[in-house]
Amino acid sequence: MRDNMKRREFLAIPASALGGTLLYTLAREPFRLEAQEAARESATTQEASGMVNVPLRFFTAAEARVIAAACDRIFPSDSSGPGAREAGVVIYIDRQLAGPYGADKYRYTKGPFADSVPEHGYQGKANPRETYREGVVALGANFDTLPVEEQIQKLASMEKTHFFQLLRSHTIEGMFSDPMHGGNVGMIGWQLVGYPGPRMNYKADIDQHFGAEWRPKPASLEQIMHRRPSPWEDEKS
Amino acid sequence: MTNLKPVDVAIVGGGWTGLAMAKELVTRTSVNVVALERGAPRTTADYAMDMDELDYNIRLRMMQNIAEETITHRHSLQDAAVPVRQYGSFHPGTGVGGAGEHWTGMCFRFLPEIFRLRTHLTEKHGAERLPADLAVQDWGVTYDQLEPHYWYAEQMMGVSGKAGNLRGKLIDGGNIFEAPRSHEYPTPPLKHSYASSLFEEAARKLGYHPYPTPAANLSESYTNPDGVSRPGCSYCGYCSRFGCMIGAKSQPSNTLLPVLRKHKSFELRTGSWVRRIVHENGRATGVQYTTANGEEFFQPAETVVLASFTLNNSRLLQLSKIGTPYDPATGKGTLGRNLTHQIEGGIKIYFDKPLNAFMGAGSLGRRISDHDGDNGLTASDGLLRYGMLSLNGNGDLPIGAFGAIPPGAAKANWGAEWKAASLQWRDRVSQLNMYGEHMSYRHNYIDLDPTYTDKFGDPLLRFTLDWTEHEHKQRDFAYNLASKIAPAMGAKLDTRRPSHGKYNVINYQSTHIQGGVIMGTSPDTSALNPFLQHWDVPNLFVIGASSFPQTGSGNPTLTVLALTYWSADALIDKYMKHPGRLA
Repeated sequence: MRDNMKRREFLAIPASALGGTLLYTLAREPFRLEAQEAARESATTQEASGMVNVPLRFFTAAEARVIAAACDRIFPSDSSGPGAREAGVVIYIDRQLAGPYGADKYRYTKGPFADSVPEHGYQGKANPRETYREGVVALGANFDTLPVEEQIQKLASMEKTHFFQLLRSHTIEGMFSDPMHGGNVGMIGWQLVGYPGPRMNYKADIDQHFGAEWRPKPASLEQIMHRRPSPWEDEKS
Repeated sequence: MTNLKPVDVAIVGGGWTGLAMAKELVTRTSVNVVALERGAPRTTADYAMDMDELDYNIRLRMMQNIAEETITHRHSLQDAAVPVRQYGSFHPGTGVGGAGEHWTGMCFRFLPEIFRLRTHLTEKHGAERLPADLAVQDWGVTYDQLEPHYWYAEQMMGVSGKAGNLRGKLIDGGNIFEAPRSHEYPTPPLKHSYASSLFEEAARKLGYHPYPTPAANLSESYTNPDGVSRPGCSYCGYCSRFGCMIGAKSQPSNTLLPVLRKHKSFELRTGSWVRRIVHENGRATGVQYTTANGEEFFQPAETVVLASFTLNNSRLLQLSKIGTPYDPATGKGTLGRNLTHQIEGGIKIYFDKPLNAFMGAGSLGRRISDHDGDNGLTASDGLLRYGMLSLNGNGDLPIGAFGAIPPGAAKANWGAEWKAASLQWRDRVSQLNMYGEHMSYRHNYIDLDPTYTDKFGDPLLRFTLDWTEHEHKQRDFAYNLASKIAPAMGAKLDTRRPSHGKYNVINYQSTHIQGGVIMGTSPDTSALNPFLQHWDVPNLFVIGASSFPQTGSGNPTLTVLALTYWSADALIDKYMKHPGRLA
């Protein structure tokens, strides 16, 4: 296992995707982040202007670019709204893998390991970290530079794998989990679907607004509680 | 191993049953009581920072650490069992309050015939027409005997709802199919959500009798008979798998602990993992436990109350070699028999209007019991028993709710087309939920796994469990019911009919695992007598849903509590005066 404290890997992300300049949208309203295309063009060059270096906890920069590209295909940025790139999903996944979840601290991992019926779920030995390392190899080191259509074909050929199923779940999680986990940057995922965050009280509204869309402005747990939460991935092992 | 000073009563488990029993003991007698809880302490103040879907609803931060202990499962005697490596079709809790902290709060009384189901079915159909492998039994206790204890539990929690049968008088708007209750609910029903209001109108229009789901989420501020005050629900939508940050959802930590804390005769010892009930010559002498830092203790006790979750109640008796393990080949032996898993399942319905479904409360909703038990079933249904259908407004969270789309709306479950469809249908999807009785069968049971072990090296429990035709027909019945109600709500029913697949350990169903240490009228067919006292070890009481010979259609917690109070009366009023077998 790598020593996270000594790592010096970073992922360069367009500053525009790290909040501040994000547009506020209502659910289902067509949305297009300005400079999105330009940002994608420059995402592989760390020196590009307007880029921010985000320290990685698990991935190498090259691995992060491959995973980020795959997440883009699962939850693309397009005319229906922003996607995994703007939400910083790869940062979310990086932190999950670096934490206890990535090391299977909360999965039963005693042997013997045996194949079984689908109703018994994933029975393998590999933990999420190992599954991702293998997955990056399967995608190919140049995956992020392939044309979009080729990326889609490659992922489609892997749909049934445990890696793909994890990646798909994690992409949705990174889109819509509280920003404390590293994704859903600027609550862009919550804005996209009209989720207001963990607001404490709807007593006056639960039986109102029948049949009409009601979308309070999103707030994160930290904004609501005025305290910094302790996400599980930061747990000391 | 360190020998500790003896206590009068040692209770294994600090959840609903353990703390309810402890409260009766220390408030009504002079005995001293120690409750041993393997998990950590908890208070309401802990929960405000926990409103996080990822850590609590997806990663299940409040559950037992499955890396340390799990179960194994196989579908039949012929199959090899493998471990359940991640949760899961059910979610065992840990820590003070146990699963009672992260539950949803649904509070049902069972139908009277559930407690005498073998007799009921035999009277109705004739013994020869019942399936040969049906293992349902009479409990040895009646609804009438439990009624005051149901009421006591409802008052303790302040259950919200509307009576449908008050001492025999049927009341419109309540559940007119319920058994007679002695009192109206302590607090009025929770408010409607948009979807639940549509369900109520539709069900009424079709001639059914919708009623508010009885809820341990308080509808208004309430002070219980113990003087414990709590506020009404704020409909934040963070109930199931979360602790309530304002204490509106009844939990052991906000109802029972405030009383217990005032009593010096009660001690709650957390981080104490009980690994054996020690016994000799037909008497329990105490319990052996291991602390988080690996120290081992023996706690001697006059009486032992085993009050942990269904799984651990079974496992501790198996590991301690108390009782005769059940043998499915011969039908002999009592420990491990009658494993059941109350059937819950959702059928998706799609609306053309937004539902604002992010608001909600665990048990907010309306339901119909027009086909509960065997009410309204005909021969062509091919069913002995069915259950209820409901619409729950428990609050959609954004990760879990995303991607619910009608079949055919996208070719893949990822990519641009799927994303656009998911956004289009976002907040336009709800569910009709079935709650079905799971009857017990000879081939569904619990024993110890021969291969896999927990973190100490002790054998895991092994489930042998699969669905039968009857459960598939129950799900089909629910789907047919939903196909009438959905259009009346102005919604489109999902065209995918319920699966007739095998039991699945991964897809969440409910945390209502029952049986394994069942109560009954004979030591040949039950581990416990009707007072939840062990037939073989009279100073051992085993309380919890492990004692159910079969399930009701409703969630078990209220019945678990009613049985705890029933057993507490027997322990305090009879056993402590004249120790010995109560039956």
